[in-house]
Amino acid sequence: MEFGLSEDQKLLQESIRGTLERVSPLERVRKAAESREAQADDIWQALAELGVPGMLVPEAQGGMGMALLDAVLVSEMLGRFVAPTPFIGTAVLAPLALAGAGTKAQQETWLPKLAAGEIVAGVAISEKASGARDGAGVAASGGKLSGKALFALDAATAGILIVADKAGGLHLVKGDAKGLTKVALTSIDLTRSLTELQFDNVEAEALSGGDAQAALRRMIDAGRVMLAADVLGAGWMMIEKAVAYAGERKQFGRVIGSFQAVKHMCAEMASELEPCRSLVWYAAHAFDTMPDEASLMAAHAKSLTGEVGRFVARTATEVHGGMGFTDLLGLHYWFKRIGLDRQLLGSPERVRHEAAVLQGWVAAD
Amino acid sequence: MDLAYGPEYEAFRTEVRGFIAKHKDKAPRRFGVARPSDEVIAWQQLLIAHGYAARTIPKEYGGYGAEPDILKSRIIAEEFTAAKLPMGLANQGISMLVPTLLELGTEEQKKKWIEPTLKGEVIWCQGYSEPGSGSDLASLQTKATEDGDDFIINGQKIWTSTAHAADMIFCLVRTEPDKPKHEGISYLIFSMKTPGIEVRPLTTMTGHAEFNEVFFTDVRVPQKDIVAGRGQGWFVANATLKHERGMLGDPNQAGTRLKEIVDLMNEELVDGTRLIDHPVYRDRLAHLQSRVLAMQFHGLRLLTAASKKEDPGIARLIVKLQGCEINHQLAALAIDALGEIGVLYGDSPHLRAHGSWQHRYMFDLGLIIGGGTAQIQKNIISERGLGMPREPKPAKA
Repeated sequence: MEFGLSEDQKLLQESIRGTLERVSPLERVRKAAESREAQADDIWQALAELGVPGMLVPEAQGGMGMALLDAVLVSEMLGRFVAPTPFIGTAVLAPLALAGAGTKAQQETWLPKLAAGEIVAGVAISEKASGARDGAGVAASGGKLSGKALFALDAATAGILIVADKAGGLHLVKGDAKGLTKVALTSIDLTRSLTELQFDNVEAEALSGGDAQAALRRMIDAGRVMLAADVLGAGWMMIEKAVAYAGERKQFGRVIGSFQAVKHMCAEMASELEPCRSLVWYAAHAFDTMPDEASLMAAHAKSLTGEVGRFVARTATEVHGGMGFTDLLGLHYWFKRIGLDRQLLGSPERVRHEAAVLQGWVAAD
Repeated sequence: MDLAYGPEYEAFRTEVRGFIAKHKDKAPRRFGVARPSDEVIAWQQLLIAHGYAARTIPKEYGGYGAEPDILKSRIIAEEFTAAKLPMGLANQGISMLVPTLLELGTEEQKKKWIEPTLKGEVIWCQGYSEPGSGSDLASLQTKATEDGDDFIINGQKIWTSTAHAADMIFCLVRTEPDKPKHEGISYLIFSMKTPGIEVRPLTTMTGHAEFNEVFFTDVRVPQKDIVAGRGQGWFVANATLKHERGMLGDPNQAGTRLKEIVDLMNEELVDGTRLIDHPVYRDRLAHLQSRVLAMQFHGLRLLTAASKKEDPGIARLIVKLQGCEINHQLAALAIDALGEIGVLYGDSPHLRAHGSWQHRYMFDLGLIIGGGTAQIQKNIISERGLGMPREPKPAKA
């Protein structure tokens, strides 16, 4: 029995940390956010050199064939450095979709390109994970897609898009397909791109090599675990920043970190967030090895990090006092990152309802 | 990450199951309120003989003498819990005094006290807190004055559970009044039958007397019954408190409690509708389930760290604070979901589960306060876990 990371996993995480410390400092993140870069190519390139885009791609298609728990370690670091990258769509959800439901030809065509970091993949599954809003929904008929999908991830610069239709089928659409219109959605978090995809009879290939419904379920579960890990990384960075600031800032003749009122805020943040690490690891491990538990644990990890993330984001900001409220300090990038993580692919209340249904506490709606 | 135990441990699990199948009829049905019943004592001895209690205590002191193996300990706990059988005794003598004597006692003290304590023949109480010394325990004032080969003890202890039934007490007393407060304390063990000791039950908000006050008036105790020398009491007490905090906030207890609430909310009807069909109660239940699961997996992580002799750092420091709070919140949910029935107590008609949800809700508050208050825990987490500065001492007036 060993509940923890292997030496290889610790090394992986340290190498991602070291790289992001170098290539994703706050100034770089700010530049990307202010210039509305959908992704920071230099950061993504540095990660590609470590093999990150292909970590979940099977070795046969040029990837590393790693597990979701490995991807959790990367996602945690991306959250820690609020890095603007297309990781979730390109390196996690699209490979899962193609490997799970793609035909052999689709896999041979696209997985090596994803693994090599040659193309970015966007993913539009929000309607199936969070419900349809504002008339969204994609209908598939005769190899064509019509309708619209909101909150597509990493779609702005994507060479291919994986799109879920209303019936739960999955489709592959080229990024420059005729009849496809991309409308940028501006969220509080400028470190990640969100896009509305409008389909006017757009040519699409169905992912028809496997059970698309099952693959979609896996994508939702994996996406939730990735977002939970992102909160874990971003949240711990906020705690560390709060502790450091409280150790320097003096009022009433002493550092504010020596006041119990401030110390207790920091202790509460750490006490709430650290158990989330164990839950996120377990959820990823369940995804990798215990399919019966995977959806329930992904829902719990998403829900708890959503709640704790909100508490940490506001409390760490409060510890920074007025400075925390400024743009200058940049703490708000973490606050907003956590804010988006909470809502994407199912907010806490919604995924807790799913958790109740999964356990048979109530019937499905 | 590997949640399987492996063949050596699965063989051990089979052995435990074999024991349970063979001996489960001998498990005690009556436990005894203040002192263990004869059935409990017999069960305890059977468990020790097979290594399912006092497992790692050396044989020469009455234990089983196995090498410490935290995974085997966990397997024993898992199998006994699954079979709904009581584990070995876990009183303050066994949980706190025995490890302290093993670490710091003289050979004579170990020989004399450990075996009868393990067997449930000698019951201990803990004399630490005083009316004026709670969180600031080191300020304690119960004094022990030298008189020949003895100390004469005067003072008062509080929150002394089992004092009314205890044979012995392990007690912190001030032997060196002129030294700084942490250096003037000694750890003494003596009989509760010594003349001059008065025990008064302390009724708490639950309506039960779970604790006592103990008064010492000219109590004469031999100086040789000190553990680890004069002035060493604070150091000894901290060694013991480490064992106590390990007992509080157990996430598997929360897991059991969560299951009880799921059953309750499935069975209880309001206007013919199950409580679990109420979306708000159900959401609270699912949210608490997330927190309980996180702490259970957190427990596995700490278990792994302990078995590899790694220091888990801040991850260990948060367990008492989180665990006690989650237990309290679980009781609160059960009460809220039950509505007016949730406040019934005592021997009232319509009472559910003997009023245990209200009892737990109140008693848990005691656990949040006791064993280092939540606020003291937060000081420890922020100072030792996050490296934040200590509160400066107030300037002397």
